[in-house]
Amino acid sequence: MSGHSTYEPKTGIERWLDTRLPIVRFAHDTALSFPTPKNLNYWWTFGGILALMLGIQLVTGIVLAMHYVPHVDYAFASVERIMRDVNYGWLIRYMHANGASMFFLAVYIHMIRNLYYGSYKAPREVLWILGCLIYLAMMATAFIGYVLPWGQMSFHGAVVITNLFGALPIIGTPITTWLWGGFAVDNPTLNRFFSLHYLLPFVIAGLVVLHIWALHVPGNNNPTGVNVKSENDTVPFHPYYTVKDGFAIAVFMLLYASFVFYNPNVLGHADNYIPANPLVTPAHIVPEWYFLPFYAILRAVPDKLGGVLLMFGAIATLFVLPWLDTSKVRSMRYRPTARLYFFIFVLAALVLGFCGGKLPDDPVIFQPSGLMLLDADINSFVWLSRVATLYFFAYFWIILPVLGLTETPLPVPESISEPVLSHPATTPAGAVASPEKRG
Amino acid sequence: MADTVVGATPDPHAPGDDPSRRDFIHIAAGAAAAGAVVALVWPLVDQMNPAGDTLALASIEFDLGKVEPGQQVVVKWRGKPLFVRNRMPEQIAAAVKDDHAELRDPATDESRHKPGKPQWLILVGTCTHLGCVPTVGGGDYGGWFCPCHGSHYDLSGRIRKGPAPKNLVVPDYAFLSDTKIKVG
Repeated sequence: MSGHSTYEPKTGIERWLDTRLPIVRFAHDTALSFPTPKNLNYWWTFGGILALMLGIQLVTGIVLAMHYVPHVDYAFASVERIMRDVNYGWLIRYMHANGASMFFLAVYIHMIRNLYYGSYKAPREVLWILGCLIYLAMMATAFIGYVLPWGQMSFHGAVVITNLFGALPIIGTPITTWLWGGFAVDNPTLNRFFSLHYLLPFVIAGLVVLHIWALHVPGNNNPTGVNVKSENDTVPFHPYYTVKDGFAIAVFMLLYASFVFYNPNVLGHADNYIPANPLVTPAHIVPEWYFLPFYAILRAVPDKLGGVLLMFGAIATLFVLPWLDTSKVRSMRYRPTARLYFFIFVLAALVLGFCGGKLPDDPVIFQPSGLMLLDADINSFVWLSRVATLYFFAYFWIILPVLGLTETPLPVPESISEPVLSHPATTPAGAVASPEKRG
Repeated sequence: MADTVVGATPDPHAPGDDPSRRDFIHIAAGAAAAGAVVALVWPLVDQMNPAGDTLALASIEFDLGKVEPGQQVVVKWRGKPLFVRNRMPEQIAAAVKDDHAELRDPATDESRHKPGKPQWLILVGTCTHLGCVPTVGGGDYGGWFCPCHGSHYDLSGRIRKGPAPKNLVVPDYAFLSDTKIKVG
């Protein structure tokens, strides 16, 4: 895609095909000979892991659709039939349900990697925005998919999320009625959610193609954040990164398999094994773990519309990040001050996730709640969420824009190869070529 | 324009910058295509709105005789729960007493029931925050408490505390007789 092709057709058939449909050349240039920075660490293996997870979700999902019935009277029973009667149905469904969690785990690591190494900066803004769109589509797909088993959590989760749109003035009610296809979440809602849950993964796949295209124009960023200067800075994707990605995938699959085979329901909610009942809401309604930070932001605001806007604002912020970060230095390896704020940001995101799973008014530390300030109980998860929410937005809208102008970064190496070759540790034998150990 | 072109074949149909027949055809074709797209998009959008059979099930009748004083019965109406609460005299008094309390969505208790029937409170049983079903008798005001995000409603179904912006909705209903109502 970028640079000249090194593909040389060897057989007559390949030569014949190459002049008609150069698909083998395309695959060769994209996945085999593609020049890749030679210093990529394991944080760079999650792209491959994500591609595999998408593939697994597609295959298991298409198979599940062969047995699932999208109707309020049969949906729950058809899922139970998949679990009990369909051959290997339990395995396929557990792979699909836990696969969603693994998909999000990998995407969060992938995104945090971008934040740390400044991969969203020029010339990779479009690559980053495409990634944000994939994330958005993933969230929509995951939410809709969680509704399909039509358990108590499915139903009331759908009620709560669709009602978010009801917070909008004037158009709110027509939009929710339109989404529902009725006056409440009901059979029309389930039916269309099934249709969209089948469609959206293919939208994601299309976005992934664009994402990889946008990646292959500037090429990979790398842990130093320094541009590739010469061929000496790169290695061909195969075998170097096919093997490295392959190893990372194998390790990741161990984690995935441990959930699927040993604790397949630990990430779900017991209430979802109760058939949906529109007349009773479960006592403690929480989304899946990967939505908890956003749920905490939603609940942190005492105003309904404000909470909804802030929650969507958290996602919208990601899209403009390339223009918020004013620093010319990509990698946090050379930005010691920014790095500190970055780690606090990761902590704030984890705290939000933690708060999202708790009841808002519960105390954070011990009983009884005694820290009263201005008639407010500071020792509560809702207040912890507020502090973390404030930091979440401050990091993007204040800290990154200001820090890029005020901080003094460490000297950035001339090239990717330079810190390795000039590293004092290269002289003693055995300590070579591990640039990720520095900084 | 025409006077600067020397020796060129004059175009009899396009004197100067006047629109030609070709321009007209372009605009007409473009407008027709845009109109056709819009006309086609609307059915594709509107198909998601409630269908005829869904709308046809929009009203129900309910016999109040089943509800004992102090009791609440939950009926399904338009896929949502409908609270039918038979209030005790002291509960009505408590609700009326709060008419002048600090209310987020001010409404008198009288405006929330039919004239002369203060014991019957008919409400859509979905929290005005995000649509969960509040539990009867809970919360700080003895009305309803929503377990999802902690909204408290009083004995008149008015929002008193928590994130919900509005009172529980009073649906359109009418008394067909002393003991029978039609909702919707």
